[in-house]
Amino acid sequence: MARTAVSGRLAWRVARLAEFRDETPTARTLVFDLPGWPGHLAGQHVDVRLTAADGYRAQRSYSLAAPVNGDRVELTVQRVADGEVSEHLTGPYAIGDPVEIRGPIGGWFAWRPTNPEPVLLIAGGSGIVPLMAMIRARRAAGVRTPFKLIYSLRTPAEQYYADELRTPVAGLDITYVYTRELPEGRPGIPKRIDVATLNTAAWPAEFGATSFICGPTAFVETAADILQALGHDPHRIRTERFGPSRD
Amino acid sequence: MGVVTPGFQGRARSGNPRLPPGQYLAEDFPVLSAGPTPRVRTETWEFAVTTEKGDKHTWSWAELMALPSEKPTVDIHCVTQWSKLDTRWRGVAVDTLVGGLDTEADYVMVHAYGGYTTNLPLADLLDGQAWIAYEYGGKPLTPEHGGPARLLVPHLYFWKSAKWVRGLELKTRDEPGFWENAGYHDYGDPWREQRYQGD
Ligand SMILES: Cc1cc2nc3c(=O)[nH]c(=O)nc-3n(C[C@H](O)[C@H](O)[C@H](O)COP(=O)(O)OP(=O)(O)OC[C@H]3O[C@@H](n4cnc5c(N)ncnc54)[C@H](O)[C@@H]3O)c2cc1C
Repeated sequence: MARTAVSGRLAWRVARLAEFRDETPTARTLVFDLPGWPGHLAGQHVDVRLTAADGYRAQRSYSLAAPVNGDRVELTVQRVADGEVSEHLTGPYAIGDPVEIRGPIGGWFAWRPTNPEPVLLIAGGSGIVPLMAMIRARRAAGVRTPFKLIYSLRTPAEQYYADELRTPVAGLDITYVYTRELPEGRPGIPKRIDVATLNTAAWPAEFGATSFICGPTAFVETAADILQALGHDPHRIRTERFGPSRD
Repeated sequence: MGVVTPGFQGRARSGNPRLPPGQYLAEDFPVLSAGPTPRVRTETWEFAVTTEKGDKHTWSWAELMALPSEKPTVDIHCVTQWSKLDTRWRGVAVDTLVGGLDTEADYVMVHAYGGYTTNLPLADLLDGQAWIAYEYGGKPLTPEHGGPARLLVPHLYFWKSAKWVRGLELKTRDEPGFWENAGYHDYGDPWREQRYQGD
C-alpha cells in the first residue's frame, strides 16, 4: 500500500554523525549513520530535526548529496549567517551526536539512471547538492546518459566537491559561471547566468533534455525563465528552491 | 520528546500565538513551486468550475473582474516553515463562483496553468474561507506568486493555495493532487503540522 510505505518513509529515525568534510570555509559535508534507511533517489531531500534540552525543536530540509549507500546518508550544509540549524550543523555538531532525520521526500525533483534523455543540471551556490547526487548516481550506475552541469558560484573558493568535479568524466560537461570573482587567469568579467550563458552551455531545446535547476529562489526563477525563452519544454524543467536569495 | 542533540539551543522562543508550531516569521515572500513560472495572459485566461455530473461553468478575465470582490487580510503558512502575517489580498470568494451549483461533491481537485493540481474538501473553500485572488498588497498578483490569479485558502498550508489557478473540479471522491501524490498531506492543517501523509 502506497500509504503505508509513505508513513514508514516518513518516520523520524535517529542518525549519528559518522564523519564530516569541509567543502569550503562555510560549507560542510556531513555523513550520518542512519540505521533502517529505506533508500532514495538522487535529487530527493530529507527533513532534519534538532531538539534542545528543554524540548524545543527546529526542523529544516536538506538535499541528499550522494546516491544510496546502505545506512550511510550524506548531506552538505551551507552555513547561513544567524542560521538556527545550519550554524549548529556546520559548527558544534560533533561525531557521534544524534539528530533525527525523516525521508526521502520529493519524487519529482529526482533522476533515475534508467531515464534515457540527456540531462541539464543548473546549480546556484549550494543548489549543487542534489545535482551532485545525480552526477554520482550516474557514475555509480555506470550509464552513459549525456550530462551537462552549469554551476554558478560567487567565487572559486566557494566551490563544493572541487576535487571530484576536477576529475574529467566522459559524457559530463561542466561550465562554471562566477558572479563575483574569477579564477586566476580566466579572461572576462564576473557575471550572472544569462541568455548567452545558457544558449552556449545548455543543450539545444530540440534535444529534449530534462533540466534540473536548484539554488536560491531568484536564481531558479531566472534560469527557468531563460530555458523557456530558449524553447525548452516547461514540463521538462524541474526546479528546487532552497530559500531566500542573498546574492 | 525526541532525541536531544547536545549543545543545540535554538533561537529564542518567539511564543507568537499566531505562529503555528514549527513556523517562523518571514519578512520577504518566498516562492515554492515544482517548475518554472507559467506566464498566463489575461486575454486568454479562463476559469472553469466543473461538477461531478460534468456541468461546466466558465469565466473570462473580464467576467471575473465584474464579480463582487472582497479584500481579506490573512495569515499564511507555508509547509517549508515560513509564515507571513496580515497579508492583504483582493479576490472573488469561492462561494460566489460555486454557490449556486447543483452538486453533491465533497471534494475538489484544483487545476492550475502549468499542470499543477491539489486536492481539498469542498467545505474548506466555502463560507468565506477561500478566494480566487488577483491582487496582493494592493497590486496585481505577480506571476511568481501565482498571477494573474491564484486560489487563496489561508487556513491550510500554502501549497493548497494553487498558483495560476484555472479551475475547480468538484468530485465525490478525494484523490491526491501533485504534492499529495508525492507524499504531502491530503488536508494540510498547519496547526496540526499535517505536512506529510500520516502526520
Ligand atoms: C527542499 C530543500 C532542500 C534544501 N537543501 C539544502 C542543502 O542541501 N544544503 C543547504 O545548505 N541548504 C538546503 N536547504 C535550505 C535549508 O533548509 C535551510 O533553509 C538553511 O540551512 C537555513 O536554515 P537555518 O536554520 O540555518 O537558517 P534560519 O534560522 O532559518 O534563517 C536565518 C536567516 O537566513 C536566511 N535564510 C534562510 N534560509 C536561507 C537560504 N537557504 N539561503 C540564504 N539565506 C537563508 C533567513 O531569511 C534568515 O534571515 C534546502 C531547502 C529546501 C526547501
